[in-house]
Amino acid sequence: MTPVPEGPAESRLEQISRILIDDSSRVPVLLWFTSSVIWLLLGSAAAMISSIKLHHPDFLGGIEWLTFGRIRPVHLDIVFFGWSSMAAIGALLWLQARLCHVRLPWPLLLSGLAMVWNVGVVVGSVAVLAGHGSSIEYLEFPAYCAPFFAIPALGVLAANVKMYLTKNSEHTYVSQWYLLAATVWLPVLYVTAMLCTYFGLVQGVSQAITNWWFGHNALGLWVTPIAVATAYYLIPKVTGRPVHSYHLSLLGFWSLAIFYNWAGTHHLTGGPLPAWTITVGVVGSMMMFIPVITVAINHHMTMRGVFHMLKTSPTLRFTVFGSFMYTVASFQGSLEALRSHQEITHFTQYTIGHAHLGLYGFFSMIMFGAMYYIFPRVTNNEWSSARLIKVHFWGSAIGVLAYGIGLCWAGWWQGLMMNDPSIPFLQTVEYVKPYLILRSVSGAGMTIAHIAFAISVWRILSRHHFVMSGPTLFTTQRPAWKEFVNEQNQREEMAQ
Amino acid sequence: MNRTFLVILGAFLTIAFSLSGLVLIPNWQFQEHKPVVNPRDGSQYPAPYYGLALQGRDVYVDQGCAYCHTQQVRPKGYGGDIRRNWGNRRTVARDYMYEYPILLGTMRTGPDLANIGARQPARDWHYLHLFNPQITSAGSVMPRYQYLFRTVKAGEMVPAGAIPLPAAFHSEGTHIIPTARGEQLVEYLRAQNRTFPLPEAKQ
Repeated sequence: MTPVPEGPAESRLEQISRILIDDSSRVPVLLWFTSSVIWLLLGSAAAMISSIKLHHPDFLGGIEWLTFGRIRPVHLDIVFFGWSSMAAIGALLWLQARLCHVRLPWPLLLSGLAMVWNVGVVVGSVAVLAGHGSSIEYLEFPAYCAPFFAIPALGVLAANVKMYLTKNSEHTYVSQWYLLAATVWLPVLYVTAMLCTYFGLVQGVSQAITNWWFGHNALGLWVTPIAVATAYYLIPKVTGRPVHSYHLSLLGFWSLAIFYNWAGTHHLTGGPLPAWTITVGVVGSMMMFIPVITVAINHHMTMRGVFHMLKTSPTLRFTVFGSFMYTVASFQGSLEALRSHQEITHFTQYTIGHAHLGLYGFFSMIMFGAMYYIFPRVTNNEWSSARLIKVHFWGSAIGVLAYGIGLCWAGWWQGLMMNDPSIPFLQTVEYVKPYLILRSVSGAGMTIAHIAFAISVWRILSRHHFVMSGPTLFTTQRPAWKEFVNEQNQREEMAQ
Repeated sequence: MNRTFLVILGAFLTIAFSLSGLVLIPNWQFQEHKPVVNPRDGSQYPAPYYGLALQGRDVYVDQGCAYCHTQQVRPKGYGGDIRRNWGNRRTVARDYMYEYPILLGTMRTGPDLANIGARQPARDWHYLHLFNPQITSAGSVMPRYQYLFRTVKAGEMVPAGAIPLPAAFHSEGTHIIPTARGEQLVEYLRAQNRTFPLPEAKQ
């Protein structure tokens, strides 16, 4: 039986040390998190523009900077580098400090690195909008942006290793393995891919393999392990139950490490590559059933008997939703890698639907859960409104499900039509249009959810207006913002 | 302590292993690719892009055409590529030996372009299609690339390079001329021709 990070019964000393740890990580964690939320809003805006353009191509048509072929990669890069990676690093720093029972080292340096990372995303996005993108998916940012990500990634790795080497806890929790490995993988992946792509180290179709070796691993070996680690921490923590099986979690970790990084070539099925490279990708994808099933068993079995807590705890509801979507999206992804499946879905909206079920339904939802847990602990404040959290949850959950199911359905039929030469190509375009409109609608739902979340974040940060006590559950009643401020002002006047 | 190095070393080895297996070894394997000489005129295939077509590749990249169009033909019996007449054979690694960056693409919101130069050799078709896709492909969701064209007021003479727009698509007394970038992009598209037979691409 794995030791839970901390049990419900705890000594006063432990409480104090935990406060000191959270105190040390406050500034860097808040910087990485808040930046990521701002990028989430900008990424949503870019997503909405791209999505509307796909069914109304004349929308903002005359502006070259916002042409579909530029705003779509900007959406992807902002969401990957800005939102996902920054949220992941924030969660990683906080979790590792907590799990190692050490204060976060070099808080000033890690805060500075967040700003460096931000500059990288700004410079890269503007470059792509101005037409300097490379059209290589996930690596569109020009070569001169690489140091803005590579240096912070190495800094985060160093901080992570330092915490791990100086840890005060006897045991190693499974989350720590994932976090440590992810911080090794990111710089190796990114630096190698940038060198290969921009400095001509590989030629011809090897460029395409490099592209998907990076693109696929950036999801599977960078953001996925961090989200899995976060869920491994949050689910036992909130429910107060130990993780189901320690041995399974070990198997899950090592099978992910060994198999995932071979899976990327399934993005090139049917392409101009030697057949064996694709076969390796298909085999790697199939083997992913092992880590996915082990994580599924561990997370879901831990929840057994406490599902009623989903009604009250925002953190748990987001995290468990994300963890469930990990199983769904991964099963879908493994099957999708099969040649017979790819023949139909490869070049269609199906892939886009799957990508969002994974990166949004799984990863982003777990990050939201983590933020609902971590923000109050580093700000010493509580979320202002349960209603805003509800809007966030339902907007995101319904949005991503409608998006994913709608586009996968549309993509499947689009692919079947495309493979039938008796159907004119433009008919496949006509067929998907209603689903593209559905995509814009569900995207709007997710955007509204993000705005609600950003308002919550703004309120919890601007704490001099608003200090709350007691956790905000879905059932918590808070006074309305205006009433509360009025009350506060009255109280201040009375005091004077 | 030992565990730390086990995880770090393990993580590093797994990624280095897949990098060698998927990227470095195939890349080394492809080094032996050589162009084929056409016995009729002594030209070689594949040949690097040059001139306007080479410049046009940058326009193709900066406009992000690759996000909706692929440049790869799947083998006969796998998907409908050949039967849709997108190519007379599958494309193979050698077709791309001079492509830098490679623009295989992953999405077919629009049709494949691996052989668009063979399918649509006429410049005017490309100009009309880029100026307003509805002229050549009604119902398309492709944006209009009007910023790759300029409008000139003309007297009685039709200016050189004016594209043959149907009357419904431009106002009286004006003519539409492609800009330098428009011309480059069209030459790049016309250079997309991967129909030359290669021994390893039998299907």
